[in-house]
Amino acid sequence: MEKWYLMTAVVLLGLTVRWTVSLNSYSGAGKPPMFGDYEAQRHWQEITFNLPIKQWYFNSSDNNLQYWGLDYPPLTAYHSLLCAYVAQFINPDWIALHSSRGYESQAHKLFMRATVLIADLLIYIPAVVLHCCCLKEISTKKKIANALCILLYPGLILIDYGHFHLGLALWGVLGVSCDWDLLGSLAFCLAVNYKQMELYHSLPFFCFLLGKCFKKGLKGKGFVLFVKLAGTVVASFTLCWLPFFTERAQALQVLRRLFPVDRGLFEDKVANIWCSVSVFLKIKDILPHHVQIIVSFCLTLLSLLPACVKLTLQPSPKGFRFTLVSCALSFFLFSFQVHEKSILLVSLPVCLVLSEIPFMSTWFLLVSTFSMLPLLLKDDLLMPSVVTTMAFFIACATSFSIFEKTSEEELRLKSFSVSVRKHLPRFTFLPRIIQHLFIISVITMVLLTLMTVTLDPPQKLPDLFSVLISTELTSANPPLLLRKTGPELTSVPIFLYFICGTPTTAWCAKRCHVRTQDSNWQTPGRQSRTYT
Amino acid sequence: MAALSVMTGGGSWFLALALGVTLLKCLLIPTYHSTDFEVHRNWLAITHSLPISQWYYEATSEWTLDYPPFFAWFEYALSHVAKYFDQEMLNVHNLNYSSSRTLLFQRFSVIFTDALFVYAVHECCKCVDGKKACKELTEKPKFILSVLLLWNFGLLIVDHIHFQYNGFLFGLMLLSIARLFQKRHMEGAFLFAVLLHFKHIYLYVAPAYGIYLLRSYCFTANKPDGSIRWNSFSFVRLISLGLTVFLVSALSLGPFLALNQLPQVFSRLFPFKRGLCHAYWAPNFWAVYNALDKVLSVIGLQLKLLDPKKIPKASMTSGLVQQFQHTVLPSVTPLVTLICTLIAILPSIFCLWFKPQGPRGFLRCLILCALSSFMFGWHVHEKAILLAILPMSLLSVGKAGDASIFLILSTTGHYSLFPLLFTAPGKKNLFLIGWKLSTSLAWALWKSSVNLYSLSPPGS
Repeated sequence: MEKWYLMTAVVLLGLTVRWTVSLNSYSGAGKPPMFGDYEAQRHWQEITFNLPIKQWYFNSSDNNLQYWGLDYPPLTAYHSLLCAYVAQFINPDWIALHSSRGYESQAHKLFMRATVLIADLLIYIPAVVLHCCCLKEISTKKKIANALCILLYPGLILIDYGHFHLGLALWGVLGVSCDWDLLGSLAFCLAVNYKQMELYHSLPFFCFLLGKCFKKGLKGKGFVLFVKLAGTVVASFTLCWLPFFTERAQALQVLRRLFPVDRGLFEDKVANIWCSVSVFLKIKDILPHHVQIIVSFCLTLLSLLPACVKLTLQPSPKGFRFTLVSCALSFFLFSFQVHEKSILLVSLPVCLVLSEIPFMSTWFLLVSTFSMLPLLLKDDLLMPSVVTTMAFFIACATSFSIFEKTSEEELRLKSFSVSVRKHLPRFTFLPRIIQHLFIISVITMVLLTLMTVTLDPPQKLPDLFSVLISTELTSANPPLLLRKTGPELTSVPIFLYFICGTPTTAWCAKRCHVRTQDSNWQTPGRQSRTYT
Repeated sequence: MAALSVMTGGGSWFLALALGVTLLKCLLIPTYHSTDFEVHRNWLAITHSLPISQWYYEATSEWTLDYPPFFAWFEYALSHVAKYFDQEMLNVHNLNYSSSRTLLFQRFSVIFTDALFVYAVHECCKCVDGKKACKELTEKPKFILSVLLLWNFGLLIVDHIHFQYNGFLFGLMLLSIARLFQKRHMEGAFLFAVLLHFKHIYLYVAPAYGIYLLRSYCFTANKPDGSIRWNSFSFVRLISLGLTVFLVSALSLGPFLALNQLPQVFSRLFPFKRGLCHAYWAPNFWAVYNALDKVLSVIGLQLKLLDPKKIPKASMTSGLVQQFQHTVLPSVTPLVTLICTLIAILPSIFCLWFKPQGPRGFLRCLILCALSSFMFGWHVHEKAILLAILPMSLLSVGKAGDASIFLILSTTGHYSLFPLLFTAPGKKNLFLIGWKLSTSLAWALWKSSVNLYSLSPPGS
């Protein structure tokens, strides 16, 4: 493309912002005995370097699983091992077994930040650039503006460790969109083997590729493609899990670490349905454990089925991106054991559709950053989060002129409003409603941020806050209607579901000390582990 | 909604650029800051806690007040806001006090005062016009100039990392240049006089101002061939200029004249005892001179041409700020540097006098004065290169030749600012930021020069 120097400037700006944000404190800085996610990453380097593979996932005197035990798939462990080799070369004290617990120093912080930045630079950023260059039907200037907005998305900048899996998933999306199916599926398998959360994105990939096979004809090229894809998936999984296939116990233990189904429907305060509903109706107390799993599974499946079916029948890159958004959001809202940071898994596909529906995407991304505010405040990241959110907003506003493009056609709500107008002929003011909702939402986010920073919730009336906020802000989560996901009748329920799952409800639950942990499950000395 | 859409509409790229760089400055708040941070805290304390008669005598801290009185008044005004952040920073005896609130206040004060710089850039953009009508935003000279000035990497490092208040001072200078471009000479002269009393380093470029105003403002008309028309001299204009300068100086130095403290003030403002070169050498002629001297002395010692006992102990390369003697080459006194500087600026002054080319010629002379003073001045800081780089940005969007010179000047100039960031804590952090920022700037410059080659006709 001709404006390569502008793209370079954009990438460098993204890197600069990432680096300056990383100058701030990291999660768990100076907070013994458990510290935070930073310490978890350092601990994994220690474990993978000093212990043999067979002991990585098992509890032993050298490897205390209660102290940040490994609970991600093997590729994370291999990546930690690689970093550990570099750390050993620079300063062995950083990963000495046992004695390096809680190690904190400027040099070590620099090392950890550098590993994150390099991972971003090598995997995530090229994927973003390539994605923007491959966008069709928009001018070069818009492509560069798109890249700028995606790179400035605050969520991925503020959460302090590398987003290797998101970068790999993005390569996967690129691959299958540009018809490099094998490479794309390989990249996605690697992403899943890096963090099991990527399974949120797995159904769209499966449906899209299946749809492609169907299109090519089941008896000819389609079948060949299917076999090749299956082979790629099996091969990549085997490669990653090879050391763990030697004994059945090994594989089972790893799976147990990856999917702790004992932990209950939700933990901590996250902006999904279960947490929101539990404010009014204590689901955890009403339903037994196995029923909770079944209910969650069914609802998740129900909400993503229309989109996936449509994608299988009519595969297209655009539909694929929208289905990614829909499925990831369904999982986030209804799934088991969802963490606040999982919103990033939804934000990534939304970044991909930024050029298609800029207004809604920008709104969603702003709200998703806001939803992580409690987490960011815990890590002393108020200033960077405010600054990066403002920068992102300004970038999106100037690049896409989002306030001018709010007609029904541009918001992709035409079919919805047409079908509503069949019953209510006067329903012409949907764009206006949405614009006003947006303004209210932004004002409320600002107010809530200010309140969180300055005030404490009133002890006598904890419910007042939650009721006020949830009634006022049920629309904070934008109605990200997806035109392509199926007939209008199923869109409306999805619309209503999205309205209910607000981040602010989670915020107020936290402030009002709503009990969210299952009292039957004891976790001595263990903080609620991040589960992205 | 309509208001928002207007705000983010087509002509608001300037606002987006200004806001963007302000947000970046906010991100730079927790970075390393140098001793200049303590210097300014100390000046806040001095001006707040002590009466005027003590300002230039106070020496509790090693960082004594060595800027002209207007800057002292500026610090005084700031201190009245500072007391709401942290009262303790205003205590003269709280040396090296840097609580988080102090840091926040100081950083925000720099960011806030940069508003004047933004306004000045806005005014400068009005003076720049492209030769062809460009549809593409990134090819408009106004846009390029705004990027080069607002996102100037050197200014970001010096002001927002190293910590100084150059932003609004350069704003004053750029504003006075813009006023001269707009033929509002009195305002330009007034602004420059005020600027001089904020920071006397701008004396470097005073000759350009003086000669230009004398030649092009006091002599109201030229002969057809461009040479001077002696009978068009306007005494009124000369007197009004003189009066402006005199009044500003009176306002600034008046109180100290009344207190009979002028010699003390001047000794603080012009500390010639500090030595030929700063602790970190500015990359000027004397740096080369000193290096040559060192090399020759080493060779001389090796070849037994020099007597080791006669070589003085104090050496330029020890990083200390003091006076000393050269070993092989002749020693350099302040008078010598002054003479060298004057010789260097003479050609440009002559051109400005005998063949004035309007404001553009003035700007060229100004840059040359700044560069010459940088090259040959006494005790030059490497930050002084910004004095040449920022006005050069204005010239660079006009002609392709200037753009290529600007590319070299700014890249090397900004690179020479890196030692300002190199101290033990977080040095590697900052090196990486610095590298990234400078490469960003380099690309912006390259883009600008490429565009300009396509803009202006060749040979102009």
